[in-house]
Amino acid sequence: MVGRFRWAAMFPDEVWEHVFSFLTSDADRNAAALVCRNWNRIERRSRKRVFVGNCYSVAPTVAVRLFPEVRAAVIKGKPHFADFNLVPSDWGGGAEAWVEAMAEGWPNLEELRFKRMVVSDDCLDLIARSFKNFKVLSLVSCDGFSTSGLAAIAANCRNLRELNLRESEVEETCLNWISHFPESCTSLVALDIACLEGEVNASILERLISRCSNIMTLRLNHSVPLERLVGLLQRAPQLMDLGTGKFSARHNPQLFSRLESAIAGCKNLRNLSGFWEPGLTYLPAVYSICEGLTSLNLNYATIQNPELVKLISRCKNLRRLLVMDLIEDSGLVAVASSCKLLQELRVFPSDPYDAAEPVSLTEQGLVAVSAGCPMLHSVLYFCRQMTNAALLTVAKNRPNLTCFRLCIIEPRTPDYVTQEPLDTGFSAIVESCKDLRRLSVSGLLTDLVFKSIGASANYLEMLSIAFAGDGDMGLHYILSGCKNLRKLEIRDCPFGDKPLLQNASKLETMRSLWMSSCSVTLGACRQLARAMPRLNVEVINESGRGPLVAQPDNCPVEKLYIYRTIAGPRTDTPQCVWTI
Amino acid sequence: MSSTVEHDYIGLSERNSSAGGVEGGVLNLKATELRLGLPGSESPHRVEKIGLTLDLLPKSYVSGAKRGFSDANDGGGTWGFAAEGGGSEVNSVKGGGLFSGRGEVAAGGSAGQLSGQGNVGKDLAVKAAGQERKVTPKGCGSVGNDSPVAPAAKAQVVGWPPIRSYRKNTMITNPSKIKDDADGIQGQGCLYVKVSMDGAPYLRKVDLKIYKNYKELSSALEKMFSGFTIGRCDSHGIPGREELSENHLMDLLNGSEYVITYEDKDGDWMLVGDVPWAMFTNSCRRLRIMKGSDAIGLAPRALEKCKNLK
Repeated sequence: MVGRFRWAAMFPDEVWEHVFSFLTSDADRNAAALVCRNWNRIERRSRKRVFVGNCYSVAPTVAVRLFPEVRAAVIKGKPHFADFNLVPSDWGGGAEAWVEAMAEGWPNLEELRFKRMVVSDDCLDLIARSFKNFKVLSLVSCDGFSTSGLAAIAANCRNLRELNLRESEVEETCLNWISHFPESCTSLVALDIACLEGEVNASILERLISRCSNIMTLRLNHSVPLERLVGLLQRAPQLMDLGTGKFSARHNPQLFSRLESAIAGCKNLRNLSGFWEPGLTYLPAVYSICEGLTSLNLNYATIQNPELVKLISRCKNLRRLLVMDLIEDSGLVAVASSCKLLQELRVFPSDPYDAAEPVSLTEQGLVAVSAGCPMLHSVLYFCRQMTNAALLTVAKNRPNLTCFRLCIIEPRTPDYVTQEPLDTGFSAIVESCKDLRRLSVSGLLTDLVFKSIGASANYLEMLSIAFAGDGDMGLHYILSGCKNLRKLEIRDCPFGDKPLLQNASKLETMRSLWMSSCSVTLGACRQLARAMPRLNVEVINESGRGPLVAQPDNCPVEKLYIYRTIAGPRTDTPQCVWTI
Repeated sequence: MSSTVEHDYIGLSERNSSAGGVEGGVLNLKATELRLGLPGSESPHRVEKIGLTLDLLPKSYVSGAKRGFSDANDGGGTWGFAAEGGGSEVNSVKGGGLFSGRGEVAAGGSAGQLSGQGNVGKDLAVKAAGQERKVTPKGCGSVGNDSPVAPAAKAQVVGWPPIRSYRKNTMITNPSKIKDDADGIQGQGCLYVKVSMDGAPYLRKVDLKIYKNYKELSSALEKMFSGFTIGRCDSHGIPGREELSENHLMDLLNGSEYVITYEDKDGDWMLVGDVPWAMFTNSCRRLRIMKGSDAIGLAPRALEKCKNLK
């Protein structure tokens, strides 16, 4: 240690540990760990939460050994584009290696959160048996497991507080897995089973909810009918987060009033979602709690105007709104005037593959919300038309944007008024929104927009590009700029070898790079892999042309996934994936 | 935007022109129809197509091309204009999931795995369902946008627009937009329906659109849940007197171990086979294979509903 700070060495480790315990963010703890060897040792030995953004960036056994006191781990697997079927299903992201290492080295693990990982029933079984104080299991966008695995978790995790299966794909092999929660289980606080496709035994669920008096989050799947929802709500009036089941039934005034009062009884309700197969007759039953809602997720609810707007306009305290484009421009204008506290808006397409436009949602809606909602900082917007003028207005209205994802459904769509590329519009966004962390661009775009992004988007961490750019310069602008870029995902752009090779060292400062249907050749990958030993350069070719070793340098690469790692090439690559 | 631009660099432009073309108002969709046949569900002419296409196309493109508009010709009319014809668009859906990379062929025509994987196949279904909605007079007219049927010929791109397959999966089970009008049938064929069987520990899913009649459905289900006999449920149209006599029904139920029942749009449980096939596929929400003896209670209702149909 530097002489001046010798006094610091007099403090025992426990003191530093205590000091570090006030550092809540990973970034801060990481920074502290870099100060000196002592701090590094003390910090990592006392770290309780670890976040692994790429499961292949470090070997599980190494991670477990380095951080022996971890109680909560977050591990992410497949690249983001796996959500859109661009990644072969057998690509990897298996959780076994991690679960085995954790079972060995972290017996006191309490929380495990996987995202985009393949988790088998054996993994779930091992989790259920290995961690005596296991409290939280969160499997987001995962697959590979079935309800049998869930039964094992239910049966064996005595202190389970949270079971979250958000957007996972679950095989239904055990129909009554919920009954595996023992009678003695009273600890559940959060249960999210909205993704399950099969029937859930509502009576058993009711009994479970009755004895878990601390239950705060309950997200049902579509199989739970309205009648049963009433019973559940009556038993859990303390709920803060509710995902309804099927939200329709035959017209029944008694059911309506029972539902209405059950919902009104949930005075703490802040988050509302579900609304599977919604029926208009029953929507008003939720009106009483609208004013208290801070988050409303209607992105699976095929409700149209005017009922949709009627519902949302009552939610004056909404911070977060997820909705389908059925809301239309007129609905968004209403949102802009009713929901003044809105921070996050996501508008999803109801008919993504329709070429015609049955729904009147345009750039106007976005502009309206950007003008009317001063706290809006996160936007995901699917639409069919856009203008530079609209984007400029949004940029001017909302310099506080941190996340801006615009998806114009038809690739390469120009400004529909001027027929020009949308370069100026997106440039305005990155120049005005200095804190932008996440950006997805779409529409007709030339290399110019990437020049702006590279130069101005200094805090940008994640960038998604599709069907854009003219040539290599586009990618070069990004890789040579964007100082804080962590994740870059590109598809169907004319970017080739040169910018990759020129900016090879940049790739080590990022978590990962995905490029598919671009113009990269095998030769460049080979060069890159040779030059950068701490990158895994994975080439994915599904057309089965034969082993990559035999292919010439000019062989085009279909899909490319590059990520930094200290674990070396992974050993679980399937046939179609080659680590160069 | 021309589809050929996107796929040109894979060198498939000459294929595209036949794949995507609209010929005489009827889309030449057979060329784009790329599927692996699921056991028990393929029709002969498709099999040969499959052999062809797999050789020519890289797998990743296959998924994309297959998203080309499904075969409307099966519906027996110009693309999309018949509600029924539109329904059959989803035919190729079931194959779709197979190109997602998960690859495994689901057994017996069941989309049990497909549902789990929720992939490309679902894209097609939504798209097809979407197509239906678009081309009904209501859909086209209201926008004043004279977009012709031709846009359908544009090849779909894998993974675009970027929405989660989980979401597409849900859109299938929830295809209806809530509009309280008479146009209930448009775009709302029930496609994937769940099949549960009393006593079986798992649920499966079938795509009703791949079957042409009750016989096919029945044999597919038999294969899926092998080891039992399902009561015959053939129906060739409006049930005649002789098919629906009480005696006949009772014979049916007493004679077989299991019968197939379904829940219709109104929430009623009916015996499969009572109504014309097309009506059945339009109104069926899910299937349940129950013991013949349990189903006896349905018989009177089935009779009644059919009397109303006459």
